[in-house]
Amino acid sequence: MKVKVLCRNPDDYVRETTRDIQRVPRNYDPTLHPFEVPREYTRALNATKLERVFAKPFVASLDGHRDGISCITKHAKSLSTIISGACDGEVKVWNLPRQECLRTVQAHEGFVRGICSRFCGTSFFTVGDDKTIKQWNWEAPGYGVREEPINTILGKAVFTGIDHHQREGTFVTCGQTVDIWDEQRSSPIRSFSWGVDSFSCVRYNPVETELLASCASDRSVVLYDTRESAPLRKVLPFMTNEITLCFSLYTYDIRHLDVPVTVHMDHVSAVLDVDYSPTGREFVSASFDKTIRIFPKDKGHSREVYHTKRMQHVICVRWSADNKYVLSGSDEMNIRLWKANASEKLGLLSAREKAATHYNKKLIEKFQHHPQVRRIARHRHLPGDILKQKRELREMREARRRKEQNVRKHSKPGSVPLLTEKEKHVVAVVE
Amino acid sequence: MAADEEELSINEQAISASEDEEGSDDERKHKKLLEAIGSMGGRKRKKQNERSEASVQVSEYFVNAEGTGDKVNLSDLLGTVEKTSGASNKTKKQLRNLQSSKETLELPLNKQQTEKIQRGIAYEKTTAEVSCWKNIILQNQKAEQMVFPLNQESSGPKRVEQVVAGWKVQTPLEQEIFRLLHGSRQPVNDPVLTPVEEQSLKAMSLEEAKIRRAELQKARALQSYYEAKAKREKKIKSKKYHKVQNKAKRKDFLKQFDEMVKTNPEGALEELKKMELSRMEERMSLKHQNSGKWAKSKAIMAKYDDSARKAMQEQLQMNKDLTQKMVVPSDDEHESIEEGLETVPDFVNDPETVIDPVNPWMRGQLTHEEPEVSCVTAEEVQTAEEENEEEEIIGEFERKRKLRQADEEDLIPTEEEQPASEVVEEDVVEVSDKEEEEDEEEDVSEFNTLFRLMRSEKTPGEEDEEGLLSEGQIRVRSIEDLEVLDEVVEPRAIEEPSAPQTAAAEATSEPPHKKKREINLKEVLTKEAKAVRLPFLPTVVDEEERDEQISIIKEAFAGDDVISDFIKDKSRQEAAGRPAVVDLTLPGWGEWGGVGLKPPRWKRKRFRIKTAPPPPRQDQKLPDVIISEKRTASVASHQVSQLPFPFQNTAQFESSIRTPIGSTWNTQTVVKNMTKPKVVTKLGAIIEPMVKEDFIKSKTTSAGGKGAAIMLGENRRAKEGTKRSAEKHRGRRSQKRKK
Repeated sequence: MKVKVLCRNPDDYVRETTRDIQRVPRNYDPTLHPFEVPREYTRALNATKLERVFAKPFVASLDGHRDGISCITKHAKSLSTIISGACDGEVKVWNLPRQECLRTVQAHEGFVRGICSRFCGTSFFTVGDDKTIKQWNWEAPGYGVREEPINTILGKAVFTGIDHHQREGTFVTCGQTVDIWDEQRSSPIRSFSWGVDSFSCVRYNPVETELLASCASDRSVVLYDTRESAPLRKVLPFMTNEITLCFSLYTYDIRHLDVPVTVHMDHVSAVLDVDYSPTGREFVSASFDKTIRIFPKDKGHSREVYHTKRMQHVICVRWSADNKYVLSGSDEMNIRLWKANASEKLGLLSAREKAATHYNKKLIEKFQHHPQVRRIARHRHLPGDILKQKRELREMREARRRKEQNVRKHSKPGSVPLLTEKEKHVVAVVE
Repeated sequence: MAADEEELSINEQAISASEDEEGSDDERKHKKLLEAIGSMGGRKRKKQNERSEASVQVSEYFVNAEGTGDKVNLSDLLGTVEKTSGASNKTKKQLRNLQSSKETLELPLNKQQTEKIQRGIAYEKTTAEVSCWKNIILQNQKAEQMVFPLNQESSGPKRVEQVVAGWKVQTPLEQEIFRLLHGSRQPVNDPVLTPVEEQSLKAMSLEEAKIRRAELQKARALQSYYEAKAKREKKIKSKKYHKVQNKAKRKDFLKQFDEMVKTNPEGALEELKKMELSRMEERMSLKHQNSGKWAKSKAIMAKYDDSARKAMQEQLQMNKDLTQKMVVPSDDEHESIEEGLETVPDFVNDPETVIDPVNPWMRGQLTHEEPEVSCVTAEEVQTAEEENEEEEIIGEFERKRKLRQADEEDLIPTEEEQPASEVVEEDVVEVSDKEEEEDEEEDVSEFNTLFRLMRSEKTPGEEDEEGLLSEGQIRVRSIEDLEVLDEVVEPRAIEEPSAPQTAAAEATSEPPHKKKREINLKEVLTKEAKAVRLPFLPTVVDEEERDEQISIIKEAFAGDDVISDFIKDKSRQEAAGRPAVVDLTLPGWGEWGGVGLKPPRWKRKRFRIKTAPPPPRQDQKLPDVIISEKRTASVASHQVSQLPFPFQNTAQFESSIRTPIGSTWNTQTVVKNMTKPKVVTKLGAIIEPMVKEDFIKSKTTSAGGKGAAIMLGENRRAKEGTKRSAEKHRGRRSQKRKK
């Protein structure tokens, strides 16, 4: 007689270690799991809601400065260290995880206009209103030793900005002219000027390391190549007689400077500082309207806006080198640390957590066009006055558009061309 | 006077510049001012020819030449030149010519113009330089996932030379050893790769390598299969089997040979030569001469055993065959061909011959070998063709049989079902179209199947008629397509092909029963055949289950005529949806009025307004479905009203929404793949900007990369020499640029 016995292989249901999750046999037969779209939609909606619920971007505030923050720089080699310069000439070195000031230096008289870290992370440079460039050691001097710069260069005019080369011992300053300096010399190895403008900001291209760009006081952006003897090209935003209402950012292609690639508009007041994320996909901007906004590099509108009650005009902003945080320095003497992704969970995630976050992100992305999801995902709180200003601006823009339409209607067809938003900001490109 | 004022201001500037360090000192300032004023009067002013600070920028106001006003004439220069012995005659001559010539030189361009030109040139150069990033940017934008930091160093142990930069071979013994090693280009270090191999690794991208590996893997797998098969067959003890096999092979070979004679005479000649050789060998040897041990033993047995005699005779026959001067292949031949047939081309295991030393993957080994492979597999292709032919024949028989059946049905129609069936048959085609377009609403389709099945039971005669009309469909529903069919067409598809096929197999031997009436297919099948596409996930319902369900539904709706109710309901809804004609005629306006009078035609034409017909109903072509087209507000708030940007049409968007990504519906790996984030960053790692040298390979670096890891003394000197020359070159370039 044959006896039939139920036989189960323990390999199928016993987990190897107690840390493993219980094995659940799954049957992927679609008839057993109906309504996939509605179910996923619900999940997406929940994910969106949770994302908004957990969106708490503010991490910490570093206080200690006795005047408005004028500039911030990251350490080139250490994620946890930053330096900030204030309007009273004080420079502070901060430790971010401990949220404390490591070192305070009275670097300049008057404003500290710019700080930059050397690429090797051993020293940093500051420029100030007292017409000096000072090089400081990153390490604090021993106890009882006076804080003194390694090197001081006296200039003839006020320097308003400084940036260091990515790999070589040269740096660039701007003021009345854009000067390129060798670290070993006390006079600039090359200086560029174009017209009589004074420059407010200068930056090296981090990838094409020989290229520079500077902002001049006549609203123009000038490009340079350090290997050339003359500047390359100047871009001048279009000036109308009306008050320019667009507090926007423009992304240009170096090769086609006549039309901006993208116009990023959302701010309601002047933009004071911009910094790209190290991945190059987004950038953050600080504005006089007391907000920070994060823009995707190819989108016209911001994906995130940060503000707090006490934050005043934001003067400088930096994106941390690990793409996780954003630092902002503002008028009311505080440096604030924000998460770059507002709802991101900080710290190490377990594999399951990671999988869940990825799935949720994907779901939100998948259903992003559905009105409910979009509505929730897009909602942001804005302080009343900014909101009011925004509405006002919108109204003005609308009025202008209407007027343009009317003009077009009442003039000879073709005489008033229809311009896109990009073309409206047509620039005068000076060769 | 204006000039004087300018001077003053300059002086003041100088003062302020010198004063910087001390700060404002009113007294001194005043003194200086007085001095300056004093200097203005009559007397010659004191020249200021000193620079306050060493700087690159020198103001033109601060520099005074000593001998201003004295002109330097060419004759002055010439005089000294004549005296100096070193100057060549040529230059002297030129100078003299210059003196004699009266022409004036052209004015140089003004500063603004020259600067503009310079800027233009520099800009062009820079744009060209920047453009080289285009590909990388595109690649990064399209990449499914980017992992930052981009260039992660491999975290393995490194070689001494990689870590210590300035390591040099010193002793003569070491030098000798290294010369030997590097002369032969042998790998010295732990990763045992020759420079050539390393280069090849560098030259090959990851994808290429993967593809190549997959190819090789496949080939190896195939080889192993073939080997296993050959082994299996070799193990078969049955003599008869082998005999048959050999015979078949011989036949094949003969056939091939015949073909070869036609197509490839050279190859055939070679074959012939081979045969000749084998014949010679056979003649030389005593292999089949019945002189061996076995043959002798057989010879003893031959007297009594019939089979032994037979075997001996066979051997002799074999010898005869082999030694015959005829175009008959020998045994060895067969074997070789058999091998060729049954094993994978040998190139898989061959050592690779280096054609292009730089990139081994550019050799196109596989394509090289392809013609050979194809000729080997020609047999298989042929058989496949034969199979296809068979299938076609079967299909034809099937079709004919269908037609015959249809004719019979035509002759005996069922009266009451006629109109309904007409509707149905049309609709079925339409349904399939519809399904093709949108394979959503599975519940609805499920209902469809049930409904249709019920109806099909009700009207048994209908089925074949349907089959006739949708013969195009049947063709699509060939055996291969059957598994992937929509459940709508499944039931018939299952029963039909099975029966005709068995029948057709027999029918091939004898011609089918001829009908008298010929039916032209073109006339009957006025409709184009349409391919039925499958939905993603056909819901599988068992035959029995379905029957059961049908019976249940029948039982439930035993009393009432659901179908007719449904049809009525649908027609009512359709009628409601149709736009009504708006009648604006005013009776008696502009003509006689009264009871029973009709407004005239012109009036009706003018004042009866027909509104435009609404877009066709969604269920217009679905007989068994009523799709409500009313927009429900509660659902509408969850629906997308506009087609979102990147999508071209609604179908695209819908399909993107319809594919689930969750783990409820997909396996773990699929979910992992689908939910992969676009940007991954490492926790606590600094993301450095890209380094140009890593991403854009320039030709100069590749040339430098060929050198050995450890440089010998001489080598190094040579290299340095080249470097120096390169520097010189660069210097020249920069000079040019400065100009």
